[in-house]
Amino acid sequence: MSRALPKLSAKTLLSLPPAAYLFLLFALPSLMMLFASFRYPGEYGGLAPWYYLEEGSLSFDLTLENWLRLFESDIYLGLLIKSLFIALLTTAICALMAYPVALTIARARKGRRELLLLLVILPFWSNFLVRIYAWMIIFSPQGAMTIAINELRALFDLAPISLMFSNVAVITCLVYVHLPFMILPLYANLEKHDPRLLDAAQDLGASRSQRFWLITWPQALPGLFAGAVLVFIPSLGIFAIPDLLGGTDGIMIGNVIKQQFVESRDWPFGSVLSLVLTGFTLLLIGLAAHFGRARGSEGKA
Amino acid sequence: MLEIIDVSRSFGDFRALDQVNLKIESGEFFTLLGPSGCGKTTLLRCIAGFEQIDSGKILLDGRPLTDIAPEKRPIHTVFQSYALFPHMTVAENIAFPLRMAKLDKTEISRRVAEVLEDVRLPDKANHYPDALSGGQKQRIAIARALVNRPRLLLLDEPLSALDAKLREQMQIELINLQQEVGITFIYVTHDQGEALALSHRIAVMNQGNISQIDEPSVIYSYPKNRFVADFIGQCNLIEGRLEGWESGWRFAIPGLDSIPVQNNNEAFSSGQDCALSLRPEKIRLASRLDASPDECLFSGTVHDMLYLGDVTVYIVELGNGLQVEALLANSAPGRTRLFEKGDAVQIAWRHDAGHLVN
Amino acid sequence: MKSEKSLILSKFSASRGNKGVIAAAVLVYLFLYLPLAVVVIFSFNDSRLNAEWVGFTLDWYHKLFNNRDMLQAAGNSVLIACISALMASVLGTLAGMAIHRFRQKWLSALVLGPVAMPDILIGVSLLLMFMLLNVTLGTVSIILAHVSFCIGFVALAVQARMAGMDDSLIEAARDLGASPWQSFRLITLPLLLPGIIAGGLMAFTLSIDDFVITFFTAGVGSSTLPLEIYSMVKIAVTPEVNAVSTLLMLLTLVLILAISRISPQALRN
Repeated sequence: MSRALPKLSAKTLLSLPPAAYLFLLFALPSLMMLFASFRYPGEYGGLAPWYYLEEGSLSFDLTLENWLRLFESDIYLGLLIKSLFIALLTTAICALMAYPVALTIARARKGRRELLLLLVILPFWSNFLVRIYAWMIIFSPQGAMTIAINELRALFDLAPISLMFSNVAVITCLVYVHLPFMILPLYANLEKHDPRLLDAAQDLGASRSQRFWLITWPQALPGLFAGAVLVFIPSLGIFAIPDLLGGTDGIMIGNVIKQQFVESRDWPFGSVLSLVLTGFTLLLIGLAAHFGRARGSEGKA
Repeated sequence: MLEIIDVSRSFGDFRALDQVNLKIESGEFFTLLGPSGCGKTTLLRCIAGFEQIDSGKILLDGRPLTDIAPEKRPIHTVFQSYALFPHMTVAENIAFPLRMAKLDKTEISRRVAEVLEDVRLPDKANHYPDALSGGQKQRIAIARALVNRPRLLLLDEPLSALDAKLREQMQIELINLQQEVGITFIYVTHDQGEALALSHRIAVMNQGNISQIDEPSVIYSYPKNRFVADFIGQCNLIEGRLEGWESGWRFAIPGLDSIPVQNNNEAFSSGQDCALSLRPEKIRLASRLDASPDECLFSGTVHDMLYLGDVTVYIVELGNGLQVEALLANSAPGRTRLFEKGDAVQIAWRHDAGHLVN
Repeated sequence: MKSEKSLILSKFSASRGNKGVIAAAVLVYLFLYLPLAVVVIFSFNDSRLNAEWVGFTLDWYHKLFNNRDMLQAAGNSVLIACISALMASVLGTLAGMAIHRFRQKWLSALVLGPVAMPDILIGVSLLLMFMLLNVTLGTVSIILAHVSFCIGFVALAVQARMAGMDDSLIEAARDLGASPWQSFRLITLPLLLPGIIAGGLMAFTLSIDDFVITFFTAGVGSSTLPLEIYSMVKIAVTPEVNAVSTLLMLLTLVLILAISRISPQALRN
C-alpha cells in the first residue's frame, strides 16, 4: 500500500504538464468557441457582452440566431455539400493513385523499400505553400500546359479556357498535397498481406480479378479506410488551396470560415461554421475508430 | 532462508496467488513449476518486489521484505528476455549493479573481469548485447545478476528462448554454477523436464495454489494428485474405487477385475473413489505374457500407436473400453513396429507400480 | 491531368501484372516530384515569368538576400521553431511516457486532437481565445499555438520508442539496485533519446513550415516565412518566391534526412 503513493505521483508528474497545456490551448479555445456560437457579434467585430447588469438585475444575452442563419439560405449548406463532395472526390482519386505505389513499395526488396518510402514522404514535408505555389506556376495562363491545351482547343474552334481559378485546379492540388497520407497507411496494410494467400487462392482456382476482389480487397479495406480519413478530414477544412487556386468558383467551407474571422469579423457565425466542420470531423474520426476496431477483431477471429 | 507465509495476490477477480506457503533453504536450487497462469511468475515477481502482495508475509532470513523497494532487496533476477541494457556494453551491463552499490572503479573492473572469466566470455567485454548469440546473452544476464553476490537469484524461464541442444548444455552449466557460488536459486519454468533435471526441490503450482513440494524423484513417482501426475511426464490415470480386504488393499476398476494396489501411508480409506496413476514405462507389453505373482495381467487390443524413434507408444484398449498407454523401446535392430493396429496383446504391471491419487 | 487519367486506367489493369503496377507507380512518383522540380528550376531562370527557360541566373537569390522583410521573417520563423520544438519536446516526452505507461485514453485524445483536427479549426479557435483574453497576437501567441499541435508528434515518436522497449529493462535496473530516478536517468532516457530528438526535429520542421495556424495567430510585425510567401504569391507569381521555396525545401530535406537517420519509425506515424 505504501508504494502506491509514489506511483500515483509519477502519473501526475508525467501527465499533468502536457494535459494542462493542451487543456488551456486546445480544449479551452474549443469550449470558448462553442459558447461564442450562442453570442451576438460585437458592433465592430468581436463579440457583444453576453450578460448585462442593469440596476442590480442580471440579464443574459444569448441567441440561437447564428445557428438558424445556417439554414436561412442555401448558400452555406450548398457550400458545405460542395466541400464534402470535393473532399470525397479527392479521397477517391488519392486512393486510385496510391494503390499502385503502395503495392510497388510493399513488393519491393527490403533495402529499396526504405528509399521508396522516403521518396513518398519527402514532398509531403516540403512547405505546404510551396506545393500550392508549384501548381500556381503549372496552371498559370502563361504556363506551357495552358498554352498547349488552348492551342489544341483552337484546332476544334473551341474558346480558350483558363486552368487557374477552377475546381479542377483545386482538386488537383488537394490530391497532390494529400496523396502521401493515403499511400503510407495503404502500404502499411499491404505490407502485412501474406503473399501465400494469393498463391493459395490461385491454387484453388481463383482468377486474377477474383484474387484481387476476394483476397486483396477485403484485407486492404482497413488501410484504405485509415488513408481515407487522413485525406478526407484535412481536405474538408482546407482554405489556402481554394484561396490561391480556386478563384470565386472554387471556394470551400474553409474560405467562408476564414472570411468570418478575418474579413467580416462575424465571430459567432464563424464559430457556428467551425463547429459544423468540427462535428463532421469528429463523426469521421468516430467512424474510423469504430470500423478500425470492428475490422481488427474480425481479423483476429 | 526464504519463507513465504499465506501470500495472496489478486488481479481484479483473478486470484493469481491463493494463500501460498513455502520455505526455501539457503543454497537450495528450488523450482516453481506449473502451466502458464498458475501464479509461478507472479510469486517470483512478489519475491523480487515488482508485485505487491495483498496479504501474507515474505521473510528473507527472518526479515520481512514487504515494504522494501526492489532495488533495496538483496535479490537479483534473470529475466526471460535477458533484459540486457542495449545501450551499454557487456562490461557496463555487468558493472551496473556494482555502480549502483557505489563500489570504487578499480574494484568494479576487477569484479567484472572476474565474473566474465567465470562465464567464459572475457573477450566480449566491449561488445554490445546485440552482437551476442542467445546463449552468450544468457550467460551475461546471469553474470550481471550474480556479480554482487545476492542472497537469492531468481530465474524466470531463462532458457525458454534457446534451442533444445543449447538448452541442455545451459542446464548443465546452471547446475555447476549454482554448486560453485552456493547462492539460493529460485527457478520458474513450465517445462517439467527442465524442473526434474535441475532442481533440488520442486513446487508444482496450479491455479494460484501449490499442489506439491518434493524432490524431483518423489514428485515423479509419488504425485499427490491427478494434476501433478498428469502434468509431470506421461501418465495413465485409471478411475476406480479403493477396497480394503483382509489380504490387503484392492483397486476396483469398473468392468474389470479388481487388482491389488499399494496404499502408501494409508492415505485413502476403503470405499473411496480415486485414480490409479501408472507411468507407461512401468507397463510390460507383449503378445503373450507370463505374469509373476506380484503382477496383474490384462488382455486387450492395440488401438493406436505412435512411433517416436527411440520408443513406440502403444495405446491398448482393454475389455471395458479403458485405454492404457504403454511403451516399447525400439532396441531390436531394424524392428520398429512390433504390433499392428487391432493385434491382440497383453499388458502387465507390478502391484506396487501404480500410485493412488486424488 | 493527363498523367492522372492514365494512372486511373492503369490501376484497373494493375492486377494484370507487376509491370502495369510499377509503371503506374512511376507515374505517381513523377506527379509527386515534377511540380517541385518546376519550382526549383525556375528559381534559376533569368526571366520574370515562370513560363519558359531563358537562361541561368542567381539574381533571384541575390534579391532574396537583400529583402529585409524576408530575412526578418526567416529569422522570426527559426526563433519560433526553436522555442516551439524545445517546449513540445519536453511536454511531448512526458505525454508519450504517460500514455504508454498508464494507458490514459483521455490524454492520448487530448494530445492527438490538435493533430487530427483540420488546422483551420485550431487556428480560429485559438484566435478567438487570444482575442477574448486580450492576448496580444505576435511571436508569443504563435509559439503557444505551435506547441499545442507539435506535442502530439513528439508524443507519438516517444510512444513508438517506448513500445519498442522491453519493459523488463526498467525492472532489471530496479532489480540490480537502481532507484526509480536512477533507472529513468540511466536506462529510460538514453533509450528514448532518439525518439525525443526525432520528435523534436519533426516539431521544428512542422513549426517552420506551418502556414494555416500561424495565419490566424500572428499579429502585426510578427511575420514568418510562410506568411511572407503567402502575401507575395497573393499578389503575383515571381521567381523570388521560387528562390525562397527552394531554400526552404533544402532545409526541410536536411531535417527529414536527419530524422530518418535517427528514428525511421518516427516519420511513419
